[in-house]
Amino acid sequence: MANVPEGLKYTKSHEWISEQGGTYTVGLTDFAQDALGDLVFINLPQEGDCVTAGETLCDVESVKAVSDVFSPVTGTISEVNEALADSPEMINETPYGAWIARVEGVSDIEELLDAAAYVAFCGKE
Amino acid sequence: MRLLFERSVPGRRAALVPELDVPAVRFDESLMRTRVPRLPELSEVDLSRHYTELAKQTHGVNDGFYPLGSCTMKYNPHVNEEIAALAGFTDIHPLQPVETAQGCLAVMWETQRDLQEILGMDAMTLQPAAGAHGEYTGLLLVRRYLQEREETDRTKIIVPDTAHGTNPASAVMAGFTVVSVPSNAQGGVDLDALRAAVGPDTAGLMLTNPNTLGLFDPDIVEICRIVHEAGGLCYYDGANLNAIMGQARPGDMGFDCTHVNLHKTFSTPHGGGGPGSGPVGCKDFLAKYLPGPIVVRRGDAYAFSQPEASMGRVRGFYGNFLVVVRALAYLKTLGARGVSEASVNAVLNARYVLKRLENSYSIPFGDSCMHEFVIDVGPLKDETGVSAMDVAKRLLDFGIHPPTMYFPLIVHEALMVEPTETEDKTTLDEFVTAMLQILDEAHEDGEKLHGAPFDCAIGRPDEVEAARHPKLRYEFSD
Amino acid sequence: MGSYVPNTEEQREEMVATCGLSSTDDLFAVIPPEARVAHLDLPAGLSEMEVRAQMQAVADENVRFPSVFRGAGAYRHYIPAIVTSVTSKEEFVTAYTPYQAEISQGVLQSIFEYQTQICELTGMDSSNASVYDGTTAAAEAVLMCKGRTRTGVVLSGTTNPQVTAVVKTYCESRGVHVIVVPPAADLSTDVDALAAETGDDVAAVYVQSPNYYGVIEDVEAIVAVAHDHGAKVVMGFNPIALGMLRTPGEMGVDIAVGEGQPLGLPLSFGGPYLGIMCARHELMRKLPGRMVGETTDARGNRCYVLTLQAREQHIRREKASSNICSNEALCAMTASVYLAAMGPSGIRQVAESSAAHAHYLAERLAGVPGFSLRSSRPFFHEFLTECPTRADELVSALAGRGILAGLPVDDGILWCCTEMNTRSQIDALVAAVREVSAR
Repeated sequence: MANVPEGLKYTKSHEWISEQGGTYTVGLTDFAQDALGDLVFINLPQEGDCVTAGETLCDVESVKAVSDVFSPVTGTISEVNEALADSPEMINETPYGAWIARVEGVSDIEELLDAAAYVAFCGKE
Repeated sequence: MRLLFERSVPGRRAALVPELDVPAVRFDESLMRTRVPRLPELSEVDLSRHYTELAKQTHGVNDGFYPLGSCTMKYNPHVNEEIAALAGFTDIHPLQPVETAQGCLAVMWETQRDLQEILGMDAMTLQPAAGAHGEYTGLLLVRRYLQEREETDRTKIIVPDTAHGTNPASAVMAGFTVVSVPSNAQGGVDLDALRAAVGPDTAGLMLTNPNTLGLFDPDIVEICRIVHEAGGLCYYDGANLNAIMGQARPGDMGFDCTHVNLHKTFSTPHGGGGPGSGPVGCKDFLAKYLPGPIVVRRGDAYAFSQPEASMGRVRGFYGNFLVVVRALAYLKTLGARGVSEASVNAVLNARYVLKRLENSYSIPFGDSCMHEFVIDVGPLKDETGVSAMDVAKRLLDFGIHPPTMYFPLIVHEALMVEPTETEDKTTLDEFVTAMLQILDEAHEDGEKLHGAPFDCAIGRPDEVEAARHPKLRYEFSD
Repeated sequence: MGSYVPNTEEQREEMVATCGLSSTDDLFAVIPPEARVAHLDLPAGLSEMEVRAQMQAVADENVRFPSVFRGAGAYRHYIPAIVTSVTSKEEFVTAYTPYQAEISQGVLQSIFEYQTQICELTGMDSSNASVYDGTTAAAEAVLMCKGRTRTGVVLSGTTNPQVTAVVKTYCESRGVHVIVVPPAADLSTDVDALAAETGDDVAAVYVQSPNYYGVIEDVEAIVAVAHDHGAKVVMGFNPIALGMLRTPGEMGVDIAVGEGQPLGLPLSFGGPYLGIMCARHELMRKLPGRMVGETTDARGNRCYVLTLQAREQHIRREKASSNICSNEALCAMTASVYLAAMGPSGIRQVAESSAAHAHYLAERLAGVPGFSLRSSRPFFHEFLTECPTRADELVSALAGRGILAGLPVDDGILWCCTEMNTRSQIDALVAAVREVSAR
């Protein structure tokens, strides 16, 4: 049973998102890291990149696959978790601590699920 | 096994070239390298034994059955190796005056002529060094054609979801974007989805037929017609030509351009991953865009000619010439009847193995097949935990190279089996026996199979560590 | 008709019966009649003896020159016997790509050795397992540097024209614009002109050294210019030259590419050749194509495996930065065996011998009226001279004496020497040139 913390919001593409003072932080859920398997590399986006809700934020690699991480919001990337460049396994170990990017100047947000709705959604996958 | 660097002993050297017979040249220090390369120093006997040891840990198609779907691992004839080693081929400089290289141009011209006949194409280039390179070249033909007609809105290449990964990658390299169309329940292209996908932005379609499920799409003529009617061109990925050569021609199905893989269909060896050769053929109307120079015949002599609206070059010189030599020798050996015989036996062998396994393994599109078919290990995995990977690794213990794993993507635990025509019934029966034994083992003790292979030089390598912290070279201790 | 089909008629009949068919014709029933071909217009198949005779006859129509003084991208060097014999081993020749590591440690280890040798030769940090040839390596390398705001490439006009042509083809379809800077009068790169073209939108600057004319470039000056503008430097090298000349690594180059044919591959009318690609550590994950990495198995044994595959087309598909699938594995092994056979002293010896013979020829040709050197810059083993007569006639006349003369280029002749051009061959060439040009 995957871990799904209460205080966060979730997308159907298995990202989590939190907000503080206009800055949105995005990462991958426990369900996602388990499905992807051991991550070997993350192609981090760059600060200053523009992202669009529902479109690719970046991608992550496991040994045999590449998967997109989608941005739940439209805005500009203000910060990127550079530690992931050398240690992508942090996403496997602590998916909710290993945030990927922070976005500011957000103009549009996808429809998000709360924890209960996300658990229900995963149950059906 | 020790690495060359670990066998190295400082001071060992061979006398391979003579001492200087002219004055030495001194360059200014600023032009010279300051660090001596740490290349291994070995005697010839060490070198010889090193590679003998490596060869014992290598498994080629001439060593055993290699049913790799989509790769057509057919026997590599010995005589072709000898012919390709003839000094009259190996010692010819690519920039020799054309009159002194007529034999080379003859090889290229005859190979083109034979391949054009097999494919139903009018013109050809031998430049591409591999299938993917050929795909890129073929798509550039489409690009140039559309550019000349100023149809720059046509930016999309349609690719079925069963396509090999090189197809979408090549399309993007050629400046297009990719539209994927789903397969129908029979494994062919969903015609309604195709009709919905074509439009004024369609540049073309990339397709292999039989597809990567080993199925010949009976709607192929209609598929090409739909794309042509929408104003696009049709590109045939020739990777699966072995199923139909001498039986059907892509040019007659409606395709405008195509590549072939000499290292698949035409028996040239894989060399551990290359060199291959991916010649591209096209219909007359695209010939002017071909990469140049191409070989032409003028009376009794051969010459090079530059196509009038050539896309330029896709590589240096003319192509992987010695690979072409092998393919020509193969074509001369087979002749028209041999070409047909190859596809008949390739398809029969695959169909036979399918029939013998269909009641034991799940074969989703298994009513029939052409030269290859796909086993879905999914149901077995659900039942016993044994995956396609486990089955594949266990086959290694039987001395059999596993089928292609995890491809095509629409079958999740796929094993794609392509026997080719150069195997006989006895070998096929041995393969079936091995597969049935593995099935029994899966039911008896599935957990154990996760540790396969058991009898190979090494167990399963840690690929996660290799990808996370890549060590791509030997590190010296100094 | 020759055949490699082992099934007998009897075996086929059994199999047809197992498949529930009436004959093998049923196998192709699914093909629509309009696509069916009845008969291929190909010559009849032949016995092995006839095929061999025919192909030998075709090979005999080619002229093998005892003396070769032509380079321009393909070089005649001595190939040690061990190189040919090792790379003819059937296991290496007929093996597939080493996706199944457990039975492919031989191939995988040899690629790992090759990658290491290339890094040592070039001074770079990481090498891939090879690409098709030097020209496509150059194209893939400049495209590696492409960024969102950097979509231009500047090429020095002293580059081999085939490299320039391939770079242009590859860049055009990726929307990357290419600027070629004309050479300086002394056949080196015009660094000031290069600097002028290198704006903030330039992703990469490409320079070949020794260049097409044999001249050794001031690569460090070009690196300074490029890096000042935030562009990367891709250098095209000659692997033999690195036996003695300064390496791309020492000169601050970002990506080094080269044609590996001189490392034990015969001239073979242009292919198969070998594309070498290596880069600084930071660019390792951007290198296209296959790479072999070291790891351990479950029992703790050191072993080798294809790694970083998630960059490749079979996984990334349309997001792959390159579509490359095959490499030139056997050619890379050939280079590795050659480098191992030669050793560091051998490769230095080949480089010195090539340079020495070229300089000896240049000096002696300078004594023949009208064959002066066009450039006074230092050169490695190729050089351009003037030609007082019609170059094609000179080449023809020399061909009649078993000599493949230099290549007519830019109203001059581009000569090349390697360790295989003996002093007496060179003297004979000079005498012949003197005689023919005096007419």
